[in-house]
This record gives sequence, C-alpha cells and structure tokens, in this order.
Amino acid sequence: MAATQVLRSEWTKIRSVSSTIWTLGLAAVVTIALGLLISILSKNDYDNLSREDKITFDPTFISFAGMSLGQLAMIVFGVLVVSNEYSTGMIRTSLAAVPQRATFLFSKIAVATVLAFVVGLATSFISFFVGQAMLGEYKAQIGDPGVLRAVIGGGLYMTLIAMFSMGVAAMLRSPMLSLGILMPFFFLISNILGNVSATKKVGRFLPDQAGSKIMQVKTPFDDDTPYGPWGGLGIMVAWTAVAVIGGYVLLKKRDA
Amino acid sequence: MIELEGLTKRYGEKVAVNNLTFTVRPGIVTGFLGPNGAGKSTTMRMLLGLDNPTAGDVRIDGKRYAQLKDPLKYIGALLDAKAMHGGRSAFNHLLCLAQSNGIPRARVHEVLDTVGLTAVARKKAKGFSLGMGQRLGIAGALLGDPEILMFDEPVNGLDPEGIHWIRNLMKSLASQGRTVFVSSHLMSEMALTADHLVVIGQGRLLADMSMADFIRQNSRSYVRLRSPQRERLLDVLHQAGITVVEAGNGTLEVDGTGAERVGELAAQHQLVLHELSPQQASLEEAFMQLTAESVEYHAHADHQGPGDAAPGRAPSGGPPPGQRPGQGWGSGWQQPRKGD
Ligand SMILES: Nc1ncnc2c1ncn2[C@@H]1O[C@H](COP(=O)(O)OP(=O)(O)O)[C@@H](O)[C@H]1O
Ligand SMILES: [Mg+2]
Repeated sequence: MAATQVLRSEWTKIRSVSSTIWTLGLAAVVTIALGLLISILSKNDYDNLSREDKITFDPTFISFAGMSLGQLAMIVFGVLVVSNEYSTGMIRTSLAAVPQRATFLFSKIAVATVLAFVVGLATSFISFFVGQAMLGEYKAQIGDPGVLRAVIGGGLYMTLIAMFSMGVAAMLRSPMLSLGILMPFFFLISNILGNVSATKKVGRFLPDQAGSKIMQVKTPFDDDTPYGPWGGLGIMVAWTAVAVIGGYVLLKKRDA
Repeated sequence: MIELEGLTKRYGEKVAVNNLTFTVRPGIVTGFLGPNGAGKSTTMRMLLGLDNPTAGDVRIDGKRYAQLKDPLKYIGALLDAKAMHGGRSAFNHLLCLAQSNGIPRARVHEVLDTVGLTAVARKKAKGFSLGMGQRLGIAGALLGDPEILMFDEPVNGLDPEGIHWIRNLMKSLASQGRTVFVSSHLMSEMALTADHLVVIGQGRLLADMSMADFIRQNSRSYVRLRSPQRERLLDVLHQAGITVVEAGNGTLEVDGTGAERVGELAAQHQLVLHELSPQQASLEEAFMQLTAESVEYHAHADHQGPGDAAPGRAPSGGPPPGQRPGQGWGSGWQQPRKGD
C-alpha cells in the first residue's frame, strides 16, 4: 500500500465534503474579524492604560485576539475530519480499502494538517496586517524583533489545535463527545485554570495556554512563565503528539 | 477463494461466531444463511480485517487481509449500503476508494455505468434512495475488478426490480469464474441465487453443502389427511405399517407413502376422508427447523414461534418411536460435506 495513494485518496475525501469549507472558512473569518474589532477597541482604550501596561502593550498579540474564538472552528474542523468516518459508517469502507491502520490515520491527519496550516498561516498574516492597520500609531512592524516569529507562530498554533482535535477524535470516535469535551475545555476551562492564581502553575502547561505564548512579542510585567515562546509551542506539540499517538493506538487494536 | 479456520468472535460473554471452518470456492454463488443475529455480519467483518477474531484465522487467496496489496483488487465487499459519507458525491466516494488502491479514474466511470448511476454521479449520496445507495456500494465492490465479491444482505429493503438486478449480477459474476459470497436470513432468497449453502445459527456451522443436496434432502413430501373417523383411520394405517403424525386441527400427515395407497386403504375399510392431499414442505420450513434450536429469541411458547411452524409434532399411532419424520428428514444436514 503506497502512502502516496492514500494521501491522494484522503485529499479527495477532504476536498469533497462541505464541512471542510465552512469550518476552515469560519476559523479564518472569525479570527480576522474579532481581531480587527479588538484592535480598534484597544487603540481607543490606549490612553486609559496604566504606565506599565503601556510599556508591555503588545500590538501583535492583540491582533490575534480573535483566535480565542476562531480556534473553536479549527477544533470543529479537526474533529469532523476524523469522526465523520465513524458517524457515517465510512470507516469500514475506508479500512477495507486501506487495512494498514497507521497509513490510513497518519495520511488523513497529514492531509488535514497541511490544509489547516495553509489556512492558519494565511489567517495569522491577515489578522496581523488588518489588526496593525487598525492600531494606527501603536502598531508593530513585521520586521520588529519577534514579530515575524509570532505571526508564523499564530499559524502553527491554529494547526496544532486542529491536529490535537484530530487525535482526540480518533480516540473518542463520536463527534458529539469530542466536541462536547474540546469546545468547553478550550473556550472556558483552560482559560480559567490558566488565569486563576491557585491553578495557574498547572494551567499554563495546558496545550493552548502554553502554545499561545508563541504569539506574544512582549511579556507582561508580573509574568513568571518558566518557558519561552518556542518552549511553549514545544509543550503544545507534545500534547498533540500524545493525542495523535493515543488515537492511533486505539484505532490499531479496536474493532472497526 | 476464502478459507475460514476455526474462526471465533466473542463479545464479552456472548459468542457471536463460534469456531467456523469452511471454504468459499470460485465460480459459484455461495449463500451464507442464518437467522438474524446468527453472526453473518460479524464473520464478514472479520474476513475484511475490520474486527479481530478472538480465535482462528481467515485467509483470502491464502493471505491475511492486511497482507493484500491494494485489497480492493482482490476482494470487493458490500457490508452496509450506508457505509459512506452522505455529503460526498457518488463520483467522489468512488474516486477516493479508487485512488487509495491505485485504480485508474476511468474505472470509476465504468462501474458507475455498470450499476446505472452515471446520471447521478455528481449528486450527494445522502439524497439517494436505499436502492441507489446499495448500487453505489456495489459499484465500490466492483471497483478493483476483484476475483472475490462479498455482499451482506444485499437485497434487504430493495424493490423487486432491484432484487432482480442484484440476483442477476451475482450469478453473472460467478459465471465469470469469480468467488461470490452472499449472506441472507431468507431461505427463499438463497434458493433463487445460491449454488452452495453455508448455514449458521448462533455462530455455529449447521450445514455446508450444495444447494442441490440441500433441496434433495429437505424437500420432504408427505400426504395430508382429514377424516371424521380419525381413530379408525389411525388403526388402519397403523396395521398397514404406515407412520402417521398428528399435525393439529385434526389433520394427520403420512410420510413415505403415496396418496394413492392411503386412499385405497381408506376405501377398503370404507372410511370417509375429508382431505387427501399430497404436500411438499418448503425449504423455508426446512431452514427454520434446522435453526430452530439456535434462534436467539423464541417467541413465547403460547404464540406461534419458529419452532411451532416447523413440522416437529408428536407421533401418534405410528409403530416405532424415533421414526418421527421431524428427525428423520433433518438428520442429514448436520453431516459435514463430503469430499472436503
Ligand atoms: N460490536 C458488537 N458488540 C457486541 N455484540 C455484538 C457486536 N456485533 C455483533 N454482536 C452480536 O453478535 C451476534 C451476531 O451479530 P451479527 O453478526 O450482526 O449477526 P447477523 O449478521 O447474522 O444478523 C448478535 O447477537 C449481535 O448482537
Ligand atoms: Mg447482519
């Protein structure tokens, strides 16, 4: 079973269902639009900031504010790519055609990940430039130290969120169960754990808390995070790897 | 060729498939018959490497399924007509399957044509009727032009035209020398399509023989009698050494003796007959009798269940016990096929 055959097949699968378009489209639109809105609000509010907050004012990070919501669409994309196979019964047809389960799962994840990366990176760049245009005199330049890394990092963050969701969906199979766990987790629980002081030390090792560090150019004053931008992304990569490998291990031994 | 060797599948306490050993040969349609829940689908899933057997082994042309390079070129299967993404067009559904096995795109058009779906090739599968979905599933099975084809209850829910189409398709595939393995829970369906029969009940092998043998062994013919002088009639037949079975509602059944002889005997003794009719037990009855002990959930004893419908009644008036037709004409089934 040549992997290129399976990659081509998975590409046909992903481009031939409408959920791909609307989930990725929504991820881009929501991220960009909300980033634009928050950039405008931040600019108008700048004068009310304390002196410290003005020093650590991070126009790059602000232009990515829409990702907190846009990532939910990325999660839906990642979950549906995998769990669609189960909810439709297609999985049996797919595994009869490709009985090598590693080839099947990793080809699927590879194709979806490349697509998520292209969309995520484009979204990140557009969010940045649109946001900076709104921020006027406070804007950052793409050539400023750390900014390009943050913008590319934004694309990587969205990609990893999608990939992590694919791994979780491969473990859980059911789209409703996967979304029911991932959406509230990334939208609410992780934020609460990462911001309440009692749980902060643990919370910041969660995939999104750690991964979003890559999008920061300026560190807040009281920040004592024990990892840098790439360290944070590394933590997110580790979470993603665990989810994907977990998905594979279960797929490998389970009845289809 | 498909070879099963002691194939077993257990789901927790439940043994769904129990030590199945048989071979499915090329050039004929092999029917896989069993009541609902007998383990047909589970067996077929194990055949495709989808479910892991608890014990035993299954080989496709001597190989494990996972060892097949581009498996769709060896074996095509229709498990469930709905095993596809409804949002994908028929063409794209087949295209992604073709690509995964290195089958050229032109073949997708060919099979769409074969199953008569060319006109709706670009339509989403979720708008398809059951029959169209079934045809699309069959197109997928034919895609790799495989030597082995397997269909799980392909005629379920189809209209007569669709049923007719599928029967002819299976026969023509077999006549091309291919191995065709098709499951059903209906004896009547198998009688029309299958050349060879594998019968299972509660996961166990009950019969493995040619359709011709099955029919020969199971077309029990008997004579049905009704008479107002029932007791005397029983005596007369008894004295003539003829076995009689009481079939309820006052009717009697006579095996192994022609209607002529029974009628003449009655006339000699001046007995009135209200009925004297030659009967043929249906294959459906034979199948129900065969699987009666293995049907998962019997209807309650007060009601008409599969066991009641089968001709297994108490003998009456007949000389030696143990010559009950219900046992006599069924005992050959459990014997293994000769020449294996
Ligand atoms: N995934 C499963 N988990 C538990 N029990 C199952 C599973 N699949 C099938 N069974 C049981 O195994 C038996 C055989 O089922 P199946 O193979 O579908 O029978 P058939 O296709 O002959 O109707 C049934 O009793 C069914 O309930
Ligand atoms: Mg079944």
